[in-house]
Amino acid sequence: MAITKKQTAELAKQVFEYAPAPEAIDHIKIQPRYGLFIGGRMVDAHGKKRFPTINPATEKTLSEVAEADGVDVDRAVKAAGKAFDSWSHLSASRRARYLFRISRLIQERSRELAVVETMDGGKPIKESRDVDIPLSAAHFFYYAGWADKLEWAFPNRKPRPIGVAGQVIPWNFPLLMLAWKIAPALAAGNTVVLKPAETTPLSAMVFAEICMQAELPPGVVNIVTGAGNTGFLVVSHPHVKKVAFTGSTEVGKLIQRAIAGTGKRLTLELGGKAANIVFEDAPLDQAVEGIVNGIYFNQGHVCCAGSRLLVQESIAEPLLEKLKRRLSTLRLGDPLDKNTDIGAINSRAQLEKIQGLVESGVEEGAELYQPECVLPERGFWFPPSLFTNVSQSYRIAREEIFGPVLSVLTFRTPNEAVEKANNTPYGLSAGVWTDKGSRILWMAERLRAGVVWANTFNRFDPTSPFGGYKESGFGREGGVHGLLPYVELT
Amino acid sequence: MATALSLTHLGSLMRGVRSVDEVGADERAASLAKRSIKKSSKLWALDLAVRCMDLTTLEGADTPGKVAAMCAKAVRPKPGDRTIPSVAAVCVYPLRIADCVEHLRGSSVRIASVATAFPSGQSFTSIKVAETEEAVREGAQEIDMVIDRGAFLSGDYQRVYDEIVAVKEASGDAHLKVILETGELGNYDAVRRASILAMAAGADFIKTSTGKVQPAATLPVALVMMEAIRDFVRETGRPVGFKAAGGIRTAKQAISYLVVTYETLGPDWMTPDRLRLGASTLLNDVLMQIDKERTGAYQSGDYFTVD
Amino acid sequence: MDVRKTYKLFLNGEFVRSESGRAYRPDGSVNVPRGSRKDLRDAVRAARTAFPGWAARTAMNRGQILYRAAEMLDGRAAQFLELLGGGVRARRELDQSVEALVWYAGWTDKLPQITGTVNPVAGPYFNFTIPEPTGVVAIVAPEESPLLGLVRRLAPALCGGNVVIALAAESSPLAALTLAEVLATSDVPAGVVNIISGQRKELLPTLASHMDVNAIDVAGCNGNEVKAIEESAAGNIKRVIKLTQREQSPHLIAAFMEMKTVWHPIGV
Repeated sequence: MAITKKQTAELAKQVFEYAPAPEAIDHIKIQPRYGLFIGGRMVDAHGKKRFPTINPATEKTLSEVAEADGVDVDRAVKAAGKAFDSWSHLSASRRARYLFRISRLIQERSRELAVVETMDGGKPIKESRDVDIPLSAAHFFYYAGWADKLEWAFPNRKPRPIGVAGQVIPWNFPLLMLAWKIAPALAAGNTVVLKPAETTPLSAMVFAEICMQAELPPGVVNIVTGAGNTGFLVVSHPHVKKVAFTGSTEVGKLIQRAIAGTGKRLTLELGGKAANIVFEDAPLDQAVEGIVNGIYFNQGHVCCAGSRLLVQESIAEPLLEKLKRRLSTLRLGDPLDKNTDIGAINSRAQLEKIQGLVESGVEEGAELYQPECVLPERGFWFPPSLFTNVSQSYRIAREEIFGPVLSVLTFRTPNEAVEKANNTPYGLSAGVWTDKGSRILWMAERLRAGVVWANTFNRFDPTSPFGGYKESGFGREGGVHGLLPYVELT
Repeated sequence: MATALSLTHLGSLMRGVRSVDEVGADERAASLAKRSIKKSSKLWALDLAVRCMDLTTLEGADTPGKVAAMCAKAVRPKPGDRTIPSVAAVCVYPLRIADCVEHLRGSSVRIASVATAFPSGQSFTSIKVAETEEAVREGAQEIDMVIDRGAFLSGDYQRVYDEIVAVKEASGDAHLKVILETGELGNYDAVRRASILAMAAGADFIKTSTGKVQPAATLPVALVMMEAIRDFVRETGRPVGFKAAGGIRTAKQAISYLVVTYETLGPDWMTPDRLRLGASTLLNDVLMQIDKERTGAYQSGDYFTVD
Repeated sequence: MDVRKTYKLFLNGEFVRSESGRAYRPDGSVNVPRGSRKDLRDAVRAARTAFPGWAARTAMNRGQILYRAAEMLDGRAAQFLELLGGGVRARRELDQSVEALVWYAGWTDKLPQITGTVNPVAGPYFNFTIPEPTGVVAIVAPEESPLLGLVRRLAPALCGGNVVIALAAESSPLAALTLAEVLATSDVPAGVVNIISGQRKELLPTLASHMDVNAIDVAGCNGNEVKAIEESAAGNIKRVIKLTQREQSPHLIAAFMEMKTVWHPIGV
């Protein structure tokens, strides 16, 4: 019996659509409860309050962590202060070797870390395995190599460590943000107290184990879990000399205000509303990949996400057609499935925020496109979305949504593109797609953004400095410039 | 039947073809290669791989005996196992067409012949046309031609175009695959340009390589060609098939090509009418994988015929 | 009763005897291959073939390989201490060799940040300078510190992406030949490092005049040797690297590099 062409196509759809390929999780062990990592070991918190951390794809509880209170934070800072005396006097090559050890241990335990990261935060295993964890190991490897070379980093200056650094990190790249904070701090001879985000503490707990496995001197790294209040206790502790925060612009402003006049050094890495600019001569299919990567990678939970597509009017139609087709091939589902492109939204609170802003977009008159998408019953999910017919003044064009939602605007000339791209209080990143080299450089000169990606997007490397202009924050992480916030240049 | 598009000012049109970002294309192909097909679907995909295969022998030393053995394998890849389908076609040099006609009588396996001074294409158009006509007379149902790379690389696009038109006409009812020999073209921009040129001139299929030059088929090249097909179909409404040839040795690679085709061109291309894999040693690896999926045990080459 | 080791040259990732079949006994007891000019010829060929692949590796990958060499060397501490004559001096030489590998491993991904530049030219052009490896580098190991002296030149040369032909110290070649075992187990691609033992006065002229060797490091040579090498090197404008054995810095890495400057207009 001959099979018709239609039957063949239907069969093909089944084969290539529904293909769960779940990552094995039986080799990892998440503890039912965690304490705080202070003075080189796991200790019980003084604070009585504990809170669960759940898997946002299933809403199942994974573990329980403590909310560190004032006494806990004080203990942690004291431990860091005590460790600083010996750590800062250790030979630089010794410090380097500890950091190299940590980097290698992350590589050795990479699968375990990737699975924990995906379960705790909701991001696809493909991303935690191929991006988050390797970059974290690489970050430690890069800064390990600086520890014994600091005299080469700044001409005519002898860099010295500052002291105890208080670091607060977000939930979108938990282990990677930890690496971005801890690696340069330690390489420069400082000690740290770090607070992971309240919805994603687990990879930090595994990192604590790694510190112990590396036999890192006690107190060099301290990790205190908790929510906003714990974070404030850390940054405002009088013996914390250097504060580093990555998170929302709103909280960044609160921190800057709170530590005003204290003499503490500060770096902030905040929000963004990046423009991804596509010119008519851009390689279109690769530009589509770049746009998709720019806003749907990590469900759009990315400060430097290309959340505004600025497309030259002359190719808007063919580009949008390709883009919509591409959206329909994105797979949303179980983050532990190796085929999944879009995972779970990190929390109910974040989901509600996204929904609110999307509703405002529809109300204000933009046109919403969402491909057909089956959302799982349990868990927090949002389909990849794009808005056309968007005006610069709409909330969806001005406010950071931090979700898989793209706003599309058009422009006619390069000058107009620059004007629209820069017309925002943010300035973290931008994308430029064009075949013309001189135009790439011309645009890069004019875009008021700390990172400009040309014919690519969302590329990160430990050697490449990252940070924002304007309300996206100040200070750079990565590269030689990433050492600067952690040294006194004497 | 496909007819060539009428094109004037071919040179500047070709130079205006949009460029391809190499790094972006490589990354997209690499991410598609990581897709995994679930167990129960693997058998269907492997079955499709067999049904889309052009079993090939293109050696100076090919004899009637060698071709007879290959034809037997093409019809019944695994002796005693009727569940394994026949392959789509066999692919041979013109002198061996008659042997194929004899041994494939009554089967569904089609006969493809290379022509046009394969593999180099460095001969006169008149010879290429005559070779095509005679191959079709001998019984070839499909013609795999090569483009004139010398003309293409020196910018004489009109010559390349005219030659394809002439060979298409000489093919009569046989379908025409146009081999771009992507390994000689230099970069993806040229691959895209050659793809569009071939389709505009009337190709029924565009094909990556002769298999005689390294690199032959690669996933990024396949992706670039398929994106060109997609754009061409959108502009003209005429579907064109894709054939990857050369360097595909394992079932895993074959499945990657199926995935790239599905993701780029969609379910309507998952059929031997629009997708072919040209290979010689691939078939046994696919058969071994089929047995592994059925029995759970890894296989040995001893249990499969070498023809 | 020991199964005694046969010492061999390290060429193109393999342990081979000299094509000449000759040997010599540096300390009277152990036979060591007496490398010939043909061995050198083969080593240069192998290195040249390996160069594009090694230079194209990411900086981080090269750094990880050098770090792995440190791991492997440290793991063989006991073996090397014995080779180096035991005692405090040997211990120090080994520790400093491991340290040199670790130190230079951490330079691969930082060198362009220190020696490369973006140049503010007077005109609408983007202009940058980046270091690139010079290519095939010959290194003459110093006689006085057969392990450390070699490692301190090998690591910076490799760090920058060069490929190396190293002449083991003539009077005490065993440390270098055993270092080859460390490299062979460190994911160093075949041909990237080649280690040849033999007699200097036979081998130096071939290396110094070889038209496909881009640079030669002479920290391990005496004044007369340097003069002769410089004269031969003129034949293909070979770079002769004369920084002293004490140099440990990115300047030494840069000595094995070429600087390339690129211009591109900035315009809409």
